[in-house]
Amino acid sequence: MFTPAAQAMIGQLGLKKGRANLEEFADTLLALATADRNIIAVTSDSRGSGKLAPYGKALPQQIIEVGIAEQNLVGLTAGLAASGKKAFGVSPACFLTARSLEQIKNDVCYSNVPGVLVGISAGVSYGALGSTHHSLHDLAALRAIHNLTIIVPADNFETREAVRFAASATRPVYLRFGKSAMFDLHPAGTKFEAGRAIPLREGRDVAFLATGETVVHALLAAAHLTGQGISARVLSLPTVKPLDTAAVLAAGRECRAVVTVEEHMVHGGLGEAVASTLLEAGLHPKFKIAGLPDEDTVTGAQADIFRHYGISMEGLSATARELLGS
Amino acid sequence: MTDSELALKAVALRQRMLRLIHDAGAGHTGGGLSCLDILNVLYNRILRVTPETADDPRRDRYVQSKGHCVEALYAVMADRGYFPDAALDTVGHYQSYYVGHPTRKVRGMEMNTGALGHGLPICLGLALAARMDATGARIFTLLGDGELAEGSNWEAAMAAAHYQLDNLVAILDHNTLQITGRTRDVMSNEPLADKWRAFGWEVRPVDGHDYAALTAALTAPPPAGKPLFILANTVKGKGVSFMENVGKWHHGVPSDAELATALAELAAAGKKLSEAQA
Ligand SMILES: [Mg+2]
Repeated sequence: MFTPAAQAMIGQLGLKKGRANLEEFADTLLALATADRNIIAVTSDSRGSGKLAPYGKALPQQIIEVGIAEQNLVGLTAGLAASGKKAFGVSPACFLTARSLEQIKNDVCYSNVPGVLVGISAGVSYGALGSTHHSLHDLAALRAIHNLTIIVPADNFETREAVRFAASATRPVYLRFGKSAMFDLHPAGTKFEAGRAIPLREGRDVAFLATGETVVHALLAAAHLTGQGISARVLSLPTVKPLDTAAVLAAGRECRAVVTVEEHMVHGGLGEAVASTLLEAGLHPKFKIAGLPDEDTVTGAQADIFRHYGISMEGLSATARELLGS
Repeated sequence: MTDSELALKAVALRQRMLRLIHDAGAGHTGGGLSCLDILNVLYNRILRVTPETADDPRRDRYVQSKGHCVEALYAVMADRGYFPDAALDTVGHYQSYYVGHPTRKVRGMEMNTGALGHGLPICLGLALAARMDATGARIFTLLGDGELAEGSNWEAAMAAAHYQLDNLVAILDHNTLQITGRTRDVMSNEPLADKWRAFGWEVRPVDGHDYAALTAALTAPPPAGKPLFILANTVKGKGVSFMENVGKWHHGVPSDAELATALAELAAAGKKLSEAQA
């Protein structure tokens, strides 16, 4: 997954490998649901891929299977949420946010019921299964829907906190999880708040504003650049909407260049959200959206696809240097 | 309320709905008239919910899947006291809460509907929750026959039987027309009774303008474990002779003269009913 140089940097930074955010999600939900019988998981033949088999065994009364029927999954989740249940509709992000987009828009967001939509195996997690199984549109599509908090956790800590937030939210939430084991990025005592960026590294030349499974690559790139005399800031933005505009504007004001990083098409995701925030405030640092370009996605595992499109320590370092002209 | 009292009320409700659509300059006239008797029975006889208990977690719930026929629902709910009749004078107006489809900003509306094929899946969630909490509540939805072309209905139909949701009732406003024409010409969906039976539902065909028949079909519990499908045969435009079974009244808005004719026709029918009662 990582080049030898990136692996060396991981060692240097002392990053410990956790587990897949999906697993962290499933265990967190099980713990919460064990204590609260109003928590209900809804799955579309997806309890295996959602790591919810143990949940289903432990709490058979708190899981509803709809079969491979995502529209029904979201509508039913909305109905449960309207009845005072804390319903988590869990389905691969590619299907959940495309086939049942209208149910998300109307039944959950417009009706304003506190349903939680969990997009699993998101982005290019499914790798070589191809574009049917990729969700590179979900942030763009969902950002354009009113009344939805969108959270894309970067590591197990962010995942745990995001699930807890969603379980007590009174409005609709979308959570997006991948399948790869994630490095722990945050020191103990870090505070998570929905709508807030979490600083990972200070810097003044370039700021990496990253979300989800790309954050670790931004962190490695920042450390790599430091060795080359470039001061790089890293912000993890688990909440893509509402955006932490204060943190974004501070980065745009204080750094010469801003690079956004996301496991999403370059259209309509975090990058364009950051760009409009900066421009509307009259800020125009050197700017680049690192994501998947508007093309037929290259075949490969998630790691291959990331590397191919420059979402790697080396790729992001090069992008930053290019912007800085160094 | 007796059947004839309900029938008399229906005259006033039809008049109110037509005035609403005329004044608003928009609305779904034909389908509103075809489902109005069903709504009249639901709200005045069947649903265990009142304006006072509209927030009670144990209440019966009604979700209008064919959300475009909201004007009939507005007329019935205003009459039932969910909101003042004057509110109906604002339907569709700038900044009004009374939109051209149901929204929860209006007291007593359970969900925001209007895109077709959404009501039944939502009602599955409501019915499952009611069962989990043992509230004893029944969950009702109203579907259009054109709406049945939406695949999400059939996803939900399958799941309702799978989960043996005998607290769930789907009522079909079977007026055999949709915006383009006859449903059988647009996308044939018959044999409907056989289809729903094959999906595991208890099916009850009924005259959707017959109060006694509707009441009986909606009251008698289905066999244990079976969701209930009321196949209500209706007439699009029911109650106004020149609107009945005429496609253009799907969302035709009556002119001043047409409204006057329709109101007079309904008034005459009401007079007849009163005389028969006396
Ligand atoms: Mg019809």
